[in-house]
Amino acid sequence: MHRLDPRTKLICSLAFVLAVVLTPAGTWNVFVVYLLILLGLIWLSRLPIKYVLKRSLVIFPFVVMIAIFVPFFKQGQVAARYDIGAWHIAITYEGLAVLINVIVKSWLCILCLIILSSSTKFEELMHGMHRLKVPQVFVQITSFMYRYMFVLADQAMRMQMARDSRNFGLNRRNIFKTMGNMIGMLFIRSYERAERIYAAMLSRGYNGEIIVVNQLRFRLPDAYFALSMALLLICPAIMWW
Amino acid sequence: MSPDKAVEISGLSYVYPDGQCGLKDVDLTVYCGESVALIGPNGAGKSTLLLHLNGIIRGNTAIHVLGLPVIDKNIREIRKKVGMVFQDPEDQLFSLNVFEDVAFGPVNMGFTQEEIDRRVKQSLQKVGMQGYEKRSSHHLSIGEKKRVAIATVLSLDPELLALDEPTGSLDPRGKWALIELLRSLPVTKVIASHDLDMVASLCQRVVILDKGKIVADGKADQILGDKILLAEHGLAVPVAGDAPASSVCDSHSQTQ
Repeated sequence: MHRLDPRTKLICSLAFVLAVVLTPAGTWNVFVVYLLILLGLIWLSRLPIKYVLKRSLVIFPFVVMIAIFVPFFKQGQVAARYDIGAWHIAITYEGLAVLINVIVKSWLCILCLIILSSSTKFEELMHGMHRLKVPQVFVQITSFMYRYMFVLADQAMRMQMARDSRNFGLNRRNIFKTMGNMIGMLFIRSYERAERIYAAMLSRGYNGEIIVVNQLRFRLPDAYFALSMALLLICPAIMWW
Repeated sequence: MSPDKAVEISGLSYVYPDGQCGLKDVDLTVYCGESVALIGPNGAGKSTLLLHLNGIIRGNTAIHVLGLPVIDKNIREIRKKVGMVFQDPEDQLFSLNVFEDVAFGPVNMGFTQEEIDRRVKQSLQKVGMQGYEKRSSHHLSIGEKKRVAIATVLSLDPELLALDEPTGSLDPRGKWALIELLRSLPVTKVIASHDLDMVASLCQRVVILDKGKIVADGKADQILGDKILLAEHGLAVPVAGDAPASSVCDSHSQTQ
């Protein structure tokens, strides 16, 4: 898995995500097949399963935040009803079904992406995206983001320490005010850093185009992998037809 | 302009976009093979002057670098010949791994794959960082980052090195190792710094810049020996009872 061409992995992941998203809601046996495929991939790439599951939990707050209101608004058979003063709140079975489907689907997708990102080095992923003709601006922004995420986090942490060492029991309002200042400061510093980076790039002959040296090659295992993924993804499609 | 002049600047002034004065009527000639130190207090305009050397900032007068006027037509050639090393290696190392950073210049110059590989290997060897190609830049120590930053310009075989605070934020051991490394590179150097140890051991000539103006230009031992001159421009311990003690700190902290 780790030695496969990043392009193969990117395309297969995309195909997998598409397949999951396009599967009709409520076809539980199909979702089980998807999960089995993922477990097989985790086993193949020798990733510790606990680590993958733990990381996949990250997605839940986002999904829940977006989908939590669906059960309240979807029309259908009422599962529970609450009256709070003048409000009449009802939860429907149809709405709950949608919520569970959204959660399951997004969990399957995030599992797939975690497998992709933990079995591929970031720069290989970027090379792969570049070779797959993903717009250059997008690839560059992503790779700069990854490169400077750590620098930015460092800077934020130092500012936080500097604040804490001068912070003597501020009230809540003032804490928000300093936080606002810090975020603004961080933005300005990043902006200035961007200018210096650009100067450093110009100094070494940059003229608006990043030229990437191609070191990627499709090999036989790539073909095997892509073929078996295609077959595996066709299976569920047949199942619900 | 004779070919033995690496840099020739006359009457250069620069005003920052916010109206603050950056450089005022600067005349500077650097001869090939020289190592010139550009010293001065924080905010004196050292970095600004360096950025003129490869046309990142364009001045009001003609600047000649290695016999070429700094104009659009020559900019590619000049940037190849002038290796600019920035103060913060974090700005210079923007790629995902060391190889890509060192290869960035050669790739932009359109060299072949073999040539790029050869140059990357050679420049990493020169700075003592061979075998670090696949490491990611943000995981290196500050000393290692400084070395790789130098390698990223060496890969273009520059004839003039412009270094901004090369020893900034290094510990003494890292500092002296870097000084030895710079000494081993046989090219013309212009070094902006206020690290007088390094200047004394590396440069034959010293130029003092203060508030955008050149206030002294001469032999290193002569200028570094003139304690009163140095103290006047915030570069040495102030003469007793002459200035507040806080300026001692200034000469040790970094410029921004």
